[in-house]
Amino acid sequence: MTLEVLPPLARRRAQRLGLIWEERPGLLGWLTTVDHKRIGLLYFFTTLVFFGAGGIEALLIRTQLAGPNGTVLSPEAFNQAMTMHGVTMIFLFVIPMTVGAFGNYLLPLMLGARDLAFPRLNALSYWLFLGSGLFLYVGVLLGKAPDCGWFCYAPLNTKEYDPGLNADFYALGLIFNGLSTTAGALNFIVTIFKLRAPGMSFNRMPLFVFAMLAVSLSLIFALPPLTTNLVFLELQRNVGFHFFDVAHGGDALLWQHLFWLFGHPEVYIIILPAMGIATSIIPTFARRKMVAFPLVALAELLVAFIGFGVWGHHMFATGLPVGALIFFAAASMMVVIPSAIQIFAWLFTVNLGRPDFRAPLLFIGGFIALFVIGGLSGIMFAAIPFDQATTDTYFVVAHFHFIIFGAAVFPILGGMYYWFPKVTGRMYHERWAQLSFWVTFLGTLLTFFPMHVVGLLGMTRRVYTYHHGFGWDAYNLSETVGAFVLAAGLILIFANLLWSRFRGVPSGPDPFYGGTLEWATTSPPPPYNFPVIPTVSSPYPNWDRADREEDLRRLEQGVLALEHDHETLATTVRDGYADVVLHMPSESHWPIVVALSLTVVFVMLLTTHFVVAGIFVGLAGLVLGAWHVREPAAE
Amino acid sequence: MSGGSVRPATLLAGQNVLHPHSPAEHSITVLWWVMLGGAWIGLTLVAVLLVLGWVRRNRDALPFGGGERAATRLVVGLGIVTPILVLTGLFLWSDIFVIRSTAAPARGSTALTVQVTGHQWFWEIRYPGMKAVTANELHIPVDTRVNVVGTTADVIHSLWVPELNRKIDLIPGRTNSVLLYADRVGTYPGQCAEFCGLQHAHMELLVVAEPRARFEQWLHGESGSARPGTGAEAQRGQQLFLTEGCADCHQIRGTSAQGQVGPDLTHVASRTTLAGATIPNDRTDLTAWLRDPQRAKPGNKMPELPLSSRDIAALVSYLEELK
Repeated sequence: MTLEVLPPLARRRAQRLGLIWEERPGLLGWLTTVDHKRIGLLYFFTTLVFFGAGGIEALLIRTQLAGPNGTVLSPEAFNQAMTMHGVTMIFLFVIPMTVGAFGNYLLPLMLGARDLAFPRLNALSYWLFLGSGLFLYVGVLLGKAPDCGWFCYAPLNTKEYDPGLNADFYALGLIFNGLSTTAGALNFIVTIFKLRAPGMSFNRMPLFVFAMLAVSLSLIFALPPLTTNLVFLELQRNVGFHFFDVAHGGDALLWQHLFWLFGHPEVYIIILPAMGIATSIIPTFARRKMVAFPLVALAELLVAFIGFGVWGHHMFATGLPVGALIFFAAASMMVVIPSAIQIFAWLFTVNLGRPDFRAPLLFIGGFIALFVIGGLSGIMFAAIPFDQATTDTYFVVAHFHFIIFGAAVFPILGGMYYWFPKVTGRMYHERWAQLSFWVTFLGTLLTFFPMHVVGLLGMTRRVYTYHHGFGWDAYNLSETVGAFVLAAGLILIFANLLWSRFRGVPSGPDPFYGGTLEWATTSPPPPYNFPVIPTVSSPYPNWDRADREEDLRRLEQGVLALEHDHETLATTVRDGYADVVLHMPSESHWPIVVALSLTVVFVMLLTTHFVVAGIFVGLAGLVLGAWHVREPAAE
Repeated sequence: MSGGSVRPATLLAGQNVLHPHSPAEHSITVLWWVMLGGAWIGLTLVAVLLVLGWVRRNRDALPFGGGERAATRLVVGLGIVTPILVLTGLFLWSDIFVIRSTAAPARGSTALTVQVTGHQWFWEIRYPGMKAVTANELHIPVDTRVNVVGTTADVIHSLWVPELNRKIDLIPGRTNSVLLYADRVGTYPGQCAEFCGLQHAHMELLVVAEPRARFEQWLHGESGSARPGTGAEAQRGQQLFLTEGCADCHQIRGTSAQGQVGPDLTHVASRTTLAGATIPNDRTDLTAWLRDPQRAKPGNKMPELPLSSRDIAALVSYLEELK
């Protein structure tokens, strides 16, 4: 609903809301913003830059391995590129892209709220994320990037075997990054529990929101073991503790347990938002609601829960007792079930509806195919003897790229097309978008499918070079060619979006007739999201035309427009009854100042200036105090 | 970087998981083919449903009739019931039964035990009860069950000979065992499978399976001390070895060289490869290696030695006599 078409009284209320919610213009506005949409865009563009960096690392790796005895990279450069590729794609691209960019932008819109529950904490999450990413990439510029692989096993990561700053950049960078993610996850959980539109009881939450809830819960339970592990590592490296040192009663396997207790839930953290995107796109283009909706919602939560019981399957070759192996294998097989429920729910929704195979749905179709391939090879690792043969080979590399690139990134790409009109108010170019899908899809298969074969032919992962004569050469060449095709496909996508941002046809508020609330407001949405807090009576509220017409009437009458102050509505946790009107904080420079002082803290920890680090922790604490004391009065 | 890195020509087998040469690896291969069959069925089902969705994009009902309820029932049937049945079967078969064939051999159930210790970046191989110490080339008698007990001297490595059995991680302070059995005379390449630092790529291994008599002869030879250099050139080489720093890191049994940093060189000439099975062991490659050890395998612990070409030639002559 654009302002011009509103009746006079409603228009006046909307204008008033605009004045209240409008933020400062210009660069300063971006630095102090607390608007979830602007923060979402900051996340989006930042993660895209890191995606580019991780992509360049991938192309360097593939160029080095295009044929035997490659000489493009030195062993040290290869190890850094290989490690940073993994670290970047997981911690600086997929998670901040799905949780940070998509989650931030879409959650309040889908819930019918005006912002996240803690807008300043949200800004802090972004600035901490930026700080941690830059911190890690300073390591790259210094030639001291982490070089121990993304899971960086002990004792290879200890000072004795990695004497430079490389592993310190890794440990501190990831602790830093974890702060950002934890803050974001807490914010999402509270938002999902408390800021849903009235009438949106738990069973009427969009499936994307279920997925984000599952992700956020996973994150706050998965990150502490990682952080603990990294703190242990820094204590061993720089203070003289012996957590992983067998000679002094430590144990190198402790690292693996703590790492994978984080690391496997992390896999589901990576893919759950993708599932949420799929369950947003499919109903829209199949033009019907999801089949087996409650089962799919439950499945999303179950994936996250079971994901905590499978970490041992990364350690089948370490000599764990057989009983433990069998437990982890059984749990790993159980996690197949919630995934299978979702796959068949998607497939039958498409079959039952009248699907319109436009670019977003094409990407989801590709996602389903790639996810099933990666899932089926994943099941094979739950067969312990097969895992013990193929773990740490390219077969594993193939498997997790089908999951992380195929199953996580394809929906991200489809989602970019899908929500592009919402964010920019313009349509992307459909024909070129469909072409970009096919190029990306073929590139993906060409890059990652042959990795299964070289893995079975005995090629181990993380080798910077290999001999001629094992039958690996042709497959490796295909992978390298595929990587460049894939890169071309990605360039097509971003070129399309960039062109369409300026030249695209105006899209209107709801070009695809989507079912969730983000389509009920203008494109792009106003700073206050909705001129009136919408009410909800089904999981697809935008298809309930009567409710949306009622919104207009309520806006005119001033019911739940909340146009007198910077406010949004909180509802009860289970049933979504209207509970209390919340006063929302306005823009602030404190989040970026806290993030800046914490950045100094991490630089000081890196250079072992512990006293200075302590001083800056205190400073950050003072700023946090100021942030709460100096709450400006309402405009 | 790895200039001159050519795969040693002596190899017969590859590293193909699906070319089993032992009962254990055979059972892994069977497991794979069955799982692959199942995976194809699953993938075909999904692909058919995707294609049907596209072909029938203008029709509301399911291809085989039925609406919402039928679809929900299919989700339950295919998404819950079928996976439970199939995976229970796979679980029982692979993780209760097949797992036994890759289990560590019971204590005392094998005729021979070999100790393997991972180093950055080579394999130290010992035969308990014998004096034999060698590196990177693990000899076993053919058609014989051999218990390989592994640990590490530094970081985690993983011992893997793809055509013979699963892999075991070599972890500080722990030992893991794997049964090695070769049903055919030959050389089976293997590789470190756990990332272990700069030269992880060049931590290779050869398992040489030979007839029992030849194996016994080899083991007997390896257990003896080194012969002193014969001829002026070799003798000068031995002198250089003992005085120019080589002996600080390498052991040659029967001499004063007792270093424990690099591989034992007592019978280095009996090995077919050098530097973690990275380069062939011949006069040219050995000379190139001694001239610049950082060329073929940058980052390894062997320093460049301040030796003249003549000295290097003498050293090579000596080392080549260490059969």
